[in-house]
Amino acid sequence: MLKINGQETDAAGKSISEYLSSANYEPRQIVVEINEEIIAKERYGETILKDGDVVEIISFMGGG
Amino acid sequence: MQEKDEKDTLVLGGKEFHSRFILGSGKYSLQLIEAAVRDAGAEIVTLAVRRAQTKEHENILSYIPEGVTLLPNTSGARDAHEAVRIAHLARELCGSNFVKIEIMRDTKYLLPDNAETIRATEILAKEGFVVLPYMYPDLNVGRDLVSAGAAAVMPLAAPIGSNRGLATRDFIQMLIDELDLPVIVDAGIGKPSQACEAMEMGAAAVMANTALATAGNLTMMASAFRQAIDAGRKAYLSGLGRVLVRGAASSDPLTGFLRD
Repeated sequence: MLKINGQETDAAGKSISEYLSSANYEPRQIVVEINEEIIAKERYGETILKDGDVVEIISFMGGG
Repeated sequence: MQEKDEKDTLVLGGKEFHSRFILGSGKYSLQLIEAAVRDAGAEIVTLAVRRAQTKEHENILSYIPEGVTLLPNTSGARDAHEAVRIAHLARELCGSNFVKIEIMRDTKYLLPDNAETIRATEILAKEGFVVLPYMYPDLNVGRDLVSAGAAAVMPLAAPIGSNRGLATRDFIQMLIDELDLPVIVDAGIGKPSQACEAMEMGAAAVMANTALATAGNLTMMASAFRQAIDAGRKAYLSGLGRVLVRGAASSDPLTGFLRD
């Protein structure tokens, strides 16, 4: 299990690209951080999620 | 005179802006953003960074007109480390190196943590960010933010979202008078007259969000703010007339009507 946006998720072994597509995220609108390190978009295919990872999928929203 | 107005630009991080109204994008419909930006004449729009929603949710970036400078904030950060982390995420998302530091520990009044803000400003300015720190208006802190490499300071007028106006007026005036940086009045400005007053005092710009988001007609209010900010700026540039503490001075010729 790993944590994605605060939720325990069973996604170990999947690449970031695979996870984003299965969870219905639009890669152009987001940034992915694993264990506080930002992952460059070109590495989404090769980066494999591991048990214990803390993943944040972040985007913009309205704010002041 | 027209030519003089055109040259009156606000410079932040080497970039020139003609508008002095920084517009927030929170707490109102994405569909209204484009019209709000247009009616505000805004060239800078703030955004927040949060955990993403999946595809069916719309992307705010597609609602912000081309050419607008994005100013992501670090709201949600409780210390300098978190603010730096959010700034990095924001830069990755939009490519803009502008960032508004917003660090709060207090959840009741949402006051900025000045000490952590100075730390985050120093780190991010060294990394090449154009750093606009939201701060409680304290002159000593303002001086530290200048030394830390801030591109401007953003003192609060009143608690965030309160629409209570220039509660910290005298302390903002000290920042304007003493700091060699643009002072952008942020938070608490509730109506155009207050924005106008901040500009008359010599503020470089005003930032507003809740005043518009909670107004009856958001885009009409955006336009009212724009006019008030322009009026205040013109008044400041023209030099305000003096105030008499005592007595009076007639504007009319001092001869009695039909009596002399």
